[in-house]
Amino acid sequence: MTSTLPRPAAPATDPEAPRPPRGRTDLTFRQRLSRFDVKASPYLYISPFFLTFGLIGLFPLVYTFVVSMYDWQLLQGQGEFVGFENFANVLQDPFFWNSIFNTFSIFLLSSIPQIAVALVIAAVLDQNIKAKTFWRMSVLLPYVVAPVAVALIFSDMFGEQSGLVNNLLGLIGIDPVQWKHDTLASHFAIATMVNWRWTGYNALILLAAMQAIPRDLYESAALDGAGGVRRFFSITVPSIRPTLIFVIITATIGGLQIFAEPKLFDVTSAGGIGGFDRQFQTTVLYLWEMAFFRGNFGEAAAIAWLLFLLIVLIGLINFLLSRRIATAETRIDKKRTARRLRAHADRASQGLVGEGAGVEERGNR
Amino acid sequence: MTAPAQTRIFPVRRQSPLPKRGGRLGRPGFLAYGLLTAVLLGSAYPLWWSVVLGSGTNATRSETLPLLPGGNFFANAAKVFDAIPFWTALGNSLLVSSIITLSVVTFSTLAGYAFAKLRFRGRNGLMVFVVATMAIPTQLGIIPLFIMMKQLGWTGTLGAVIVPTLVTAFGVFFMRQYLVDVIPDELIEAARVDGANQIRTFFHVAVPAARPAMAILALFTFMMAWTDFLWPLIVLSPTNPTLQTALAQLQSGYYVDYSVVLTGAVLSVVPLLVLFVLAGRQLVAGIMQGAVKG
Repeated sequence: MTSTLPRPAAPATDPEAPRPPRGRTDLTFRQRLSRFDVKASPYLYISPFFLTFGLIGLFPLVYTFVVSMYDWQLLQGQGEFVGFENFANVLQDPFFWNSIFNTFSIFLLSSIPQIAVALVIAAVLDQNIKAKTFWRMSVLLPYVVAPVAVALIFSDMFGEQSGLVNNLLGLIGIDPVQWKHDTLASHFAIATMVNWRWTGYNALILLAAMQAIPRDLYESAALDGAGGVRRFFSITVPSIRPTLIFVIITATIGGLQIFAEPKLFDVTSAGGIGGFDRQFQTTVLYLWEMAFFRGNFGEAAAIAWLLFLLIVLIGLINFLLSRRIATAETRIDKKRTARRLRAHADRASQGLVGEGAGVEERGNR
Repeated sequence: MTAPAQTRIFPVRRQSPLPKRGGRLGRPGFLAYGLLTAVLLGSAYPLWWSVVLGSGTNATRSETLPLLPGGNFFANAAKVFDAIPFWTALGNSLLVSSIITLSVVTFSTLAGYAFAKLRFRGRNGLMVFVVATMAIPTQLGIIPLFIMMKQLGWTGTLGAVIVPTLVTAFGVFFMRQYLVDVIPDELIEAARVDGANQIRTFFHVAVPAARPAMAILALFTFMMAWTDFLWPLIVLSPTNPTLQTALAQLQSGYYVDYSVVLTGAVLSVVPLLVLFVLAGRQLVAGIMQGAVKG
């Protein structure tokens, strides 16, 4: 870091200045240029990002709030200032609350199984399997299929008359499910699309964290008689906790923004606004409908801000919750470790255990 | 990003000192491979099923678990080309994704290098800002963006799709995290002593070192741009679409021929499947290095 600090007098670096300059005013043109170079370059390098981002990222977000304060239509443009009326309208709108319910329902159906399955896949991939790269790539295959294609493929698979899923259910004697008419069934179908595309991706992130766990931790646990399942819950899961929290938070942010899947699920019945009865209309889809179907920019902007606040809120709850779980577990762990250390010491003193490295390692956690 | 530095490299092959006996830490058994095979089938079958139904006849549709493709694929592909401007859409998607990738990688490398290796006033504050904006879904600003594009008269043009994604906060964060570890300060010092100015140091020291991370960032940015749907759907017209919005058109209307829809879906997947075959290892490595959702 020191290398890039501006140096007022650096005669050695400049062969063209034989006499060392006495003060700042004596600097040659080249030295001034060099000083300017050192000082200005960082700002020059970051400015393309910040200028562009300000224009396309930050400004629209702030300006959304301005739009939400006006009666603003797609065709007529900006109208009268109405204050918080748009927000009031949205909060009294049953369709808005319906979309919030659907978003949460789909989000819960997708994130929880997704992370649970991703953990299991990651744990299997973390073992000493053959053809590692092949298996890793195979779990990532769905990720390269764009959400639009996923939505098209799965809305056909979840077809009500002769879809693949109902065909297979028929084999085990289950009556055809109304995937597109029934609320919960449609949520399940949409959650399946999200899960299919993202589970392998999350498994690889979790796998990366698992690979950082020192192997001797497992070995000493095994020597102490811990089975595979026990090692998974007592070593693997606590060790990858930060990554796990990260995966949960990104899954949350992504899950609250689901759009392509409900938009393209059963287009025929309602023109792509989330079912004939909006039974699977998510909030982003409702935002789209309000802005570009009904042309009410003012209320759509209010929806965008409410959704933004919701995402921040959920992110915060997520963070606090996972922190609390983390500290609670550490407390239990400490007690457990202390107890084990005592038991271990007892056994060691009786000559039953040869080496105690494993327990000590665990105690360090 | 949350994973420590060790995870950046693929692990050294680890040898278990324990015997296989008892299946403790030796090679995994039948159960592990069975599970992985099930995951593989689950990943691949929906795609294969689309190929089978896209190439089959109505009789294929009534089969419970169709496995073999039929001979109608090209006939259905011709119907796809009739229904949507497929080649225009493919060209548009390629152009849009390439420009976005180039821009994101260039500006992220520049800014990431400055944040990682240069000292300047406000560096930490600005970095916190970058990290904080990463969590904000920029798509919530679509309404002002649309108003802007309409006033500029850009709606319906590819510029309207490209401009809002020219930079990403994630890209800057990703390059910064990579470069902070990978370039020793002594190297920059040496370049300075040799009389290199800042921009030369950037091109001769930072860029060569950043190349692996630039490749990974490029891959993920390209995929993000390629699969984007909401924004192109809003600003582009049906006659000049990207691949994703064109594909969605296949399903509009009251009568939908699902064989044609599935054929379209299969055709749209081909470019990224090629990318997957060529660069799948790098994708896996990128995700494991912390190339998170962006």
